[in-house]
Amino acid sequence: MSNFPFLSVLTVAPLVGALVVAFLPRRRPDLAKQVAFGWSLLVLALSVVMWVSFSADGDRLQFRESYPWIPTWDVNFTFAVDGIALVMLMLIAVLVPLVILASWHDADASKRSVPAYFALLLVLESTMIGVFAAADVFLFYVFFEVMLVPMYFLIGSYGGHQRQYAAVKFFLYSLVGGLFMLAAVIGLWVVGGKTFDWQALTQVDISTGTERWLFLGFFLAFAIKAPFFPFHTWLPDAGRAAPAGAAALLVGVLDKVGTFGILRYCLPLFPEASKWFAPWALALGLIGILYAALLAVGQSDLKRLVSYTSIAHFGFIGVGIFAFTTQAGTGAVLYMLNHGLATGLLFLVVGMLIARRGSSLISDFGGAGKLVPLLAGVLFFAGLASLALPGTAPFVSEFLVLIGTFTVNKPVAVIATLGIVLAAAYVLWMVQRTTQGTLNPELTEVKAMHRDLTLREKAVVAPLIALIVLLGFYPKPVTDVINPAVQATMQDVGKTDPAPEVGSVQEAAQ
Amino acid sequence: MTELKLPSIDYAAIAPILIMLGVALLGVLVEAFVPRRRRHLVQLSLSLLAVLAALVMVVLSADARLVTAGGALAVDGPTLFLQGTILVLAAMALLLIGERSVERGGAFVAQAAVTAESADDRQQAEGRNGATEVYPLTSFAIGGMLIFVAANDLLTMFIALEVFSLPLYLLCALARRRRLLSQEAAMKYFLLGAYASAFFLFGVALVYGFTAGIPGRSAGVDFATVHAAVNESPSSEVLLFAGMALIAIGLLFKAAAAPFHVWTPDVYQGAPTPVTGFMAACTKVAAFGALLRVFHVAFDQAAWDFTPVLGVVAVLTMLIGAVLAVTQTDIKRLLAYSSIANAGYLLVGVLAPTGAGVSGTMFYLAAYGFSVLAAFAVVTLVRDADGEATHLSRWAGLGRRSPFYAGVFTFILLAFAGIPLTSGFMSKFAVFGPALESGHAWLVVAGVLTSMVLAFPYLRVVVMMWLSEPGETTPTVAVPGGLTATALMIGVAATLILGVLPAPLLDLATDAAAFVR
Repeated sequence: MSNFPFLSVLTVAPLVGALVVAFLPRRRPDLAKQVAFGWSLLVLALSVVMWVSFSADGDRLQFRESYPWIPTWDVNFTFAVDGIALVMLMLIAVLVPLVILASWHDADASKRSVPAYFALLLVLESTMIGVFAAADVFLFYVFFEVMLVPMYFLIGSYGGHQRQYAAVKFFLYSLVGGLFMLAAVIGLWVVGGKTFDWQALTQVDISTGTERWLFLGFFLAFAIKAPFFPFHTWLPDAGRAAPAGAAALLVGVLDKVGTFGILRYCLPLFPEASKWFAPWALALGLIGILYAALLAVGQSDLKRLVSYTSIAHFGFIGVGIFAFTTQAGTGAVLYMLNHGLATGLLFLVVGMLIARRGSSLISDFGGAGKLVPLLAGVLFFAGLASLALPGTAPFVSEFLVLIGTFTVNKPVAVIATLGIVLAAAYVLWMVQRTTQGTLNPELTEVKAMHRDLTLREKAVVAPLIALIVLLGFYPKPVTDVINPAVQATMQDVGKTDPAPEVGSVQEAAQ
Repeated sequence: MTELKLPSIDYAAIAPILIMLGVALLGVLVEAFVPRRRRHLVQLSLSLLAVLAALVMVVLSADARLVTAGGALAVDGPTLFLQGTILVLAAMALLLIGERSVERGGAFVAQAAVTAESADDRQQAEGRNGATEVYPLTSFAIGGMLIFVAANDLLTMFIALEVFSLPLYLLCALARRRRLLSQEAAMKYFLLGAYASAFFLFGVALVYGFTAGIPGRSAGVDFATVHAAVNESPSSEVLLFAGMALIAIGLLFKAAAAPFHVWTPDVYQGAPTPVTGFMAACTKVAAFGALLRVFHVAFDQAAWDFTPVLGVVAVLTMLIGAVLAVTQTDIKRLLAYSSIANAGYLLVGVLAPTGAGVSGTMFYLAAYGFSVLAAFAVVTLVRDADGEATHLSRWAGLGRRSPFYAGVFTFILLAFAGIPLTSGFMSKFAVFGPALESGHAWLVVAGVLTSMVLAFPYLRVVVMMWLSEPGETTPTVAVPGGLTATALMIGVAATLILGVLPAPLLDLATDAAAFVR
């Protein structure tokens, strides 16, 4: 089964689905929704099969496929995944069907084509899978850029308030980062002997100055994508304007491309530069944790608030990556997964609240728990997961990041811990102002606010809640997959100063 | 009595040029002898057939690598690649020029000499068939371009420059609507073009002076002599530098590079849109073909001297094109500034002194030509009662009114912005790669930075079309006739195919990258 071309099929399948959905008659929106949902379930099923066929203690990159594309430049369609990419692919495969289910009525309100909305979601899934599955730098770049287009139209065409502004800002920010990366990609190609193959490029020795410039080119693109402070200002706007489902994918998956890129490209390809820039990256991460958390406390808009919490979480992931210990690295990757689940859930639940109330302002709510107790409960759970309460999955990852960092850099770990306190503040305060306290009389007048979770919405939140709890208590299946990949990455970074081996010392003594 | 020796001529190799110029002359006779109502059909088919025949001849002599006609023409890889490119793009442009169903009578005025805005003029705008002289004029221009990219000495190059420029000046003045703008454009283009030609000629004279006195050679302006003179000439290098600069000015004017770009927006706006497309695609190919030949064949030994200067010109061109594109409110002017910025990217490719630089530039030229012709094809379709609606505000909500054409135009804009899976991305890579390899990192960085700026105006148009609500003044998109539809589809298909599967054309360009001297 491991010879099956999983990655290319997984990349192409949603695209085919998107074409099918796009050409369904506009008058039958329900058919489009059902086809899109069914298609995303097929992708999920295939991903599960792939997950099972992946051998955790096997090669670093598995399911490798390679087809020639542009021989003149030695560009190939090379796909391969390590444990990190595999986890992200699973996250995509799980989130997309739920997002489609959650967005069932999102496009109805707009005057635009309903099938097109679901087709765009599937196109987005295809490009997201491609970006994580690519093992050719050129191919990665292609997916990295093309990914912008469906998201741009999702935000711009189906979004809410100030959607045009947000869509353009999102596109331009990402494009700016992407173009810096393009320059670095070409530079890497030239110094790497005109190849784009990731494995070949990791073997190339680059002079110190060039390596730092190339690192910066890649890092800038990823820091904007993630986003890290101070490149984060596009996310709250995009997160607020995007429809809730698209926002969940934007923050849950799309932004992980940034941190994934740092792990897959910056660290192994430019190990020396990564170490040289690590203090700066740690500083950006720390500032992000504290600054974004403080801003989150002050937000009056629910979706902006969730966006800012994400920026704070990305600070944690950044700290975990640049601490350069296997523990912190594993924690960071696990965080990428858990954050996708927890924040994805939070965005979807907040979307359900907003859809009922017709407003995303926190002050328009108040005591909503009395009207929709179940929804309020789920919001509370999502909030707790988001602040990394023990027992939920994010706790495991946050804890791993903190102890992994503490062993090498105590001040950073201590400052980062402050972020947990602030997280409690913004989450609990948000929950209190929306669902607890005295009932806002205006709420009772809104008819939709009397309807608690529907069956469809329950089907959306239940799997996420189950996964968050399950991974909170038993993260081993995931950490087993992540660990070897993170260890290999850390070895890449430390490859010039290998740790002394006990065996060789003894041999030398004899 | 000494026998007069005629130079040997390889007629097969120069057949494309002969065909185009021959048919252009024939077209003049058609104007004289064929009845008026049949002229349009006859002229259009004649020039299209000529372009196709010339293209066949180019393909047939694909392996030719020779200098012929007494050393006046060089038929080598770049010549054939660029001639083929010019001919394919010219065929698309001819389809746009020949379209008569979008606007009654076509995009051209019947009698250009009638006073603009007079009663007569308004009458002829209402539907009298356009002048058919445009076809022989276009054929002459194409023939001139074919010579221009094949010229093996500076004098032939100058003559070719004039042969293709003069018809273009006339074509610019023939727009059916907005006669004053059109005439102003033609006048401006003619006056500035005449200056540029004069600069070029003066540069040729100086270079001729510079080549005097090399041992074993007589003075001359053929590229082999100039190439030898750069190292061996006893004359002052001032002659070389001044000559090179003046020649460059003449060529950069045609290529629309800053600071010789000021004519571009006005001419692109005023000229009939099919002619604008023709200029943006074919003139660009011809001008950069000549630049490649002059700087890679004649002056290649002086690369140390001209690269910094031309590099500054390239940066300036990219910067001015990108920054001024941001402020435009007219789609044709926006595309003009975008074309200026693209000239800058092309210069980056020209300055890479390698075969990869040549092939990258040639790939860029072909890819850009297809996209820009498709873009202008869409511009001819978006119209209201007063002709084309070129003001950007009028394009608001076009995506709702005609999703297909708005989608096509969005795709082309994404190609201009260099998003992957479009030809625009591949061509950027094709020129930036060799540039970085030659150590011109500063040019690549400038290219990347200006691409960011340039993305904004493109995105603004996309936002206008898709994210704005249609207003009452939003024009409808005319149903294109078969000719425009064909040209548009070729352009869009090429933009997509070159973006997804660029390998065949890239290989072709790589194989054709070697010049003969």
